Amino acid sequence: MKRRKERIDRGIKARSEDIFALTSYREMLYLLFPRAVPVVILLGLTPLLSPYWQEVLISTAVYALLAISWDMLICAGLVSLGQSLFYGIGSYIAGALNYYWHWSPLFTIPVATVGGGLLCTILLLPVLRLRGIYFAMVTLVLPLMFLRLVEATRILGGTEGLTGLTPFPGQLTALYVIQLGLLCALFGFRRIINSDYGLIVRGINDNDRAVMSAGLNIHWYKAQVLFLGASVGAFTGAFGTHLDMFAGMPGFALDYSIMPLAAAVVGGTGTFAGPMLGAFILVPLSEILRALGALRIVFYGLFLVIFVVALPEGIFHYLQRKYHQFERWVEVE
Amino acid sequence: MNSPAVILRVTDLCKSFGGVRAVSSVSFDLSDGELLGIIGPNGSGKTTLVNLITGFIKPDAGGIRFRGKDITGWPPYRIVTLGIARTFQMVRPFYQLPAYKNLVVPLYSPRVRRLAGGKYGDRDAVALDLLEEVGFERDAYVSYKVASALPQGYLKRLELAKCMALRPDLLVLDELFSGLSLAEVAGIVPIIEKLRFQGMTIVMIEHRLKELFRIADRVMVLNYGEKIAEGSPETVMESDAVKKAYLGSET
Ligand SMILES: Nc1ncnc2c1ncn2[C@@H]1O[C@H](COP(=O)(O)OP(=O)(O)O)[C@@H](O)[C@H]1O
Ligand SMILES: [Mg+2]
Repeated sequence: MKRRKERIDRGIKARSEDIFALTSYREMLYLLFPRAVPVVILLGLTPLLSPYWQEVLISTAVYALLAISWDMLICAGLVSLGQSLFYGIGSYIAGALNYYWHWSPLFTIPVATVGGGLLCTILLLPVLRLRGIYFAMVTLVLPLMFLRLVEATRILGGTEGLTGLTPFPGQLTALYVIQLGLLCALFGFRRIINSDYGLIVRGINDNDRAVMSAGLNIHWYKAQVLFLGASVGAFTGAFGTHLDMFAGMPGFALDYSIMPLAAAVVGGTGTFAGPMLGAFILVPLSEILRALGALRIVFYGLFLVIFVVALPEGIFHYLQRKYHQFERWVEVE
Repeated sequence: MNSPAVILRVTDLCKSFGGVRAVSSVSFDLSDGELLGIIGPNGSGKTTLVNLITGFIKPDAGGIRFRGKDITGWPPYRIVTLGIARTFQMVRPFYQLPAYKNLVVPLYSPRVRRLAGGKYGDRDAVALDLLEEVGFERDAYVSYKVASALPQGYLKRLELAKCMALRPDLLVLDELFSGLSLAEVAGIVPIIEKLRFQGMTIVMIEHRLKELFRIADRVMVLNYGEKIAEGSPETVMESDAVKKAYLGSET
């Protein structure tokens, strides 16, 4: 009896793309394992962490969601430098509903998610035709304009912001809310982008004229993708508002735009899991480096450069490739 | 009134790029079921004319009517939905997708759904059938190969299949035969003849005059953006203006 090595994914790929075509538990495990990892880590480890690291996990999840939102836009070729627009709008909508009308977070968060997504889509609709850097410029400028608008007109609490908002019942509740949002966005977006609909969205990015000649209105599709991404961003804003019991100008801060971008680049774009992984590396890393004081940014920047130079494809793409190359022994007649 | 209905009417179409008059005052009619060939030297405005008809660029002046409807300045997706499909001179597949998944994109369009009575059906299966129709051998699994691994001949067929997926009334082919061997062209000609037999109206931009003249009902000649001749293949071939244009451009 001779033996040879065979890649595990070969047989699975050849038979079908659907799960029910699997023939063994081993193959089932092979497919399930990577999907189970984020769920188990997120939900299982959470109660074991100290309150400080729970807080870090919350902000990690927020950035991961913003990175996933960024990744959705990039799938349709929309380069965003303004995730803070989504965060800020979601934050102010939830804040205003809670501050002026005393709505509970149970309602402010869903309304801010959908409403914020819609509002951002409408705001960006006129520039949706712009490509690449031109679209990016507008997304960069819009949050800054909102900042000055709030400052100058003193609406929505002006520079003070809206304070004393309803908090979550406890840190663990908050943690599970954001994690649920994160898992929904991750698996939901992955499902969407791998469907035929996602095929068209990705087609718009690398070959828009071919999609147009197929009788599809690319601007309509871009608007839908923008809505999906912006909604996820607005959700994080609404969440952050109730977490901090505050909605204000920091919601439009540049951090919310830059960090997701860095996370997506480090993690690997176009997969949603990559940007999430990137956030889960970068945010805790930044916390650990806090001990270094002023030198923090220097080391942080250094790490960023190392990641990008060593794995330009992104960490997730690298891991995925390695995982698909796993081999097993099979017997050959 | 036995003559077939006019399906497309182009009147005084003009388009300039900077100082270049790419298409200047071109008018023509297309009857239902006809196969019109458009020829002309390089840079004579053929591709620009296709882009104007299919909405990819807007004309400076002039009008385009399809089945009596003024479609001048309409966006491409609406024109496709109405029933005009086009191929690109430079093939534009989705390179990282398998060939059959390339067809899923047009099969997703509102036009296909409407023609199918409101539902899409099994897109993958329809895609595989279409590819077989344009000569992707089913046994050889060519349809499952990523487009970037396909030779030019297959990419051109794929381009044609993408149009056929839309079941258009008018099909505009921009130099479908360019870059293909004689054998490959001979393989595609029967597909076009079959489409015609099924009643599709076809406009073929072509440099391969011999192959074109064999199947065209009528030929139109462009030079420097202007229509310089029009008629049956035989008369156009003999016309002095055409000889001069082609000789002039090839020396
Ligand atoms: N997008 C464009 N911008 C500027 N000039 C163009 C553009 N498209 C075509 N042209 C010019 O218009 C003329 C006609 O081009 P084209 O329609 O591609 O000719 P053909 O397809 O007959 O070879 C050429 O002189 C070309 O340089
Ligand atoms: Mg051309």
